[in-house]
Amino acid sequence: MNAIADIDWPSSDFTRVPYRVFVDPEIYKLEQERIFRGPIWAYLGLEAEVPNPGDYKTTFVGDTPMVLQRTMDGELAAFENRCAHRGAIVRREPFGNDTEHRCVYHQWCYDLKGALTGVPFRRGVQGKGGYPKDFDLSKHPMRPMRVATYNGVIFGTFSDATPPLKTFLGTSICAYLDRLFHKPVKVLGYLRQDIKSNWKLYTENVKDPYHAGLLHLFHATFGLYRSTQKGAVLMSESKFNSVLYNIGGNYDKDLAEENYKNQKKYVPTDYDLYDPQLLASRPDFPDGIANMIMCIAPTVVVQQIMNTMATRNIRPKGPGQFELFWTYFGFADDDEELTQIRLTQANLIGPSGYISMEDSEATEMVQDNAVVRSTGDTVIEMGGRGEIHDLDYLISEMPIRGFWSHYAKLMAEPPALQEAAE
Amino acid sequence: MSLAEAAAPLESDLLLQHQVTQFLYAYARCLDEDRLEDWPTFFDDACFYGILPRENAVKGLPLCVLSARTQGMLKDRVKSLREANIYNLHYPRHVVSNVEILACRSDSLDVVSNVTVYQTDMEGRTTLFCVGQYNDRLNRKDGGALKIGSRTVTIDTYNIPNLLAIPI
Ligand code: FES
Ligand SMILES: [Fe+2]
Repeated sequence: MNAIADIDWPSSDFTRVPYRVFVDPEIYKLEQERIFRGPIWAYLGLEAEVPNPGDYKTTFVGDTPMVLQRTMDGELAAFENRCAHRGAIVRREPFGNDTEHRCVYHQWCYDLKGALTGVPFRRGVQGKGGYPKDFDLSKHPMRPMRVATYNGVIFGTFSDATPPLKTFLGTSICAYLDRLFHKPVKVLGYLRQDIKSNWKLYTENVKDPYHAGLLHLFHATFGLYRSTQKGAVLMSESKFNSVLYNIGGNYDKDLAEENYKNQKKYVPTDYDLYDPQLLASRPDFPDGIANMIMCIAPTVVVQQIMNTMATRNIRPKGPGQFELFWTYFGFADDDEELTQIRLTQANLIGPSGYISMEDSEATEMVQDNAVVRSTGDTVIEMGGRGEIHDLDYLISEMPIRGFWSHYAKLMAEPPALQEAAE
Repeated sequence: MSLAEAAAPLESDLLLQHQVTQFLYAYARCLDEDRLEDWPTFFDDACFYGILPRENAVKGLPLCVLSARTQGMLKDRVKSLREANIYNLHYPRHVVSNVEILACRSDSLDVVSNVTVYQTDMEGRTTLFCVGQYNDRLNRKDGGALKIGSRTVTIDTYNIPNLLAIPI
């Protein structure tokens, strides 16, 4: 056990979270081992990103560099992007297609599953040097990960103790993945944000429907406010993963005025865009859900906001920094008009998103203060204390407590078996 | 050919280069001086504006960080920045250089230039925010004025520090 990183949880229902978890480098290190390399399924990418034999994509699980690979027989594989010789990064390109992986440092050569297939000068030169006779290539692969997919979304795990993917995702998450990925997708592009805050502040943010109508005032400003509409919060059995959604509906000006009457910033106006094309929409789903934010902790957010669809891969880079890597996609059979709608509506999300640019600003502001004073705890009581359960309304912080309850469990687990065996 | 004859095309080249450069500088100063409401007026009514991550450009993917297909969309962006969005308080500084006119037609010009954007926070600390390249189609209007028909800002700094609010 690592006593230094033990976390004192002030309340058993996780209505309090110590600021220390956002800044302590020991906790960060332990998270990499017990969570990201522990019994979780980590997001690696979409099958649409590596469609052909030989295709690969480099990515990260936690802060560990990874290669996601489509092998020659069409299977998927993933392994740590780290040479088994003396540790160099083997694949430096973000994407590519190749028949083998060759480390530039001393030319160790690996197959597409990361198994070592050759080393230069194995028998030495002119009878001199070379590797010992019992040197066994099969003992030196790039560290592999188990891979599983769900409707074209690829996950991997380093741990043998991880439950089956569907169990890990949870019933509700599977249902909403079925909804979103009901047909093949195509990638429209990538966006990246370099955010100077702890990765968990962002995880809290995407499990926090409380802030949506308060921090993001785009809808209110342009007379599109709909936070009064119906929505729900669903969680996995583990409470680690969540889905928040709301049903689109007509703008109710009276209700909006009533709810915002003490808010200086909100001045109700009529629907007021110079160019309403921004919100011209062709619904992809018959259920009327305008907004769906799914968090598959700890590595990915999957979203649908109107016609925008994206995964957001959370890549920690230390206690006070993470990269948010957005993969924006449409459906493979989209016509030209629908693609244009998706590209225009992309203005809603990402680092310049009308309803998302505030999020990283908020998490950075919290981080700045947590660094200065890491004593004390946050307060998470909107929606009540005690039992953590699904909700048929949105103004709540309950899914945040759900995340912390499972986080605490994972952090308390002793190191996984395969770590100890190394 | 006399010296005067040889100098004539050179002179008109210099004048055009000067006019284009002044236009690009005025655009940059508009943003630096926080005159966001004037920013859409640099564009033609029918226009395109997009900030394109270089990694998308390399892969031939169309997704922009921020884009507009009409002047109205540019105005909506300004209104949202002024009234709705919350972002890092800062002063931007746009530095434009390497201005090259690649093609010159009677009604339009193709121009590329480099852009560097610094941000200075409210405590006066400056950081490099972004480097990139403007790829412009400038329309030559009656009376000689220039308007942007299309501006794609390809950004090398596609790992965007925090967020991108003020246009580039
Ligand atoms: S570090 Fe890769 S071959 Fe030596
Ligand atoms: Fe948000």
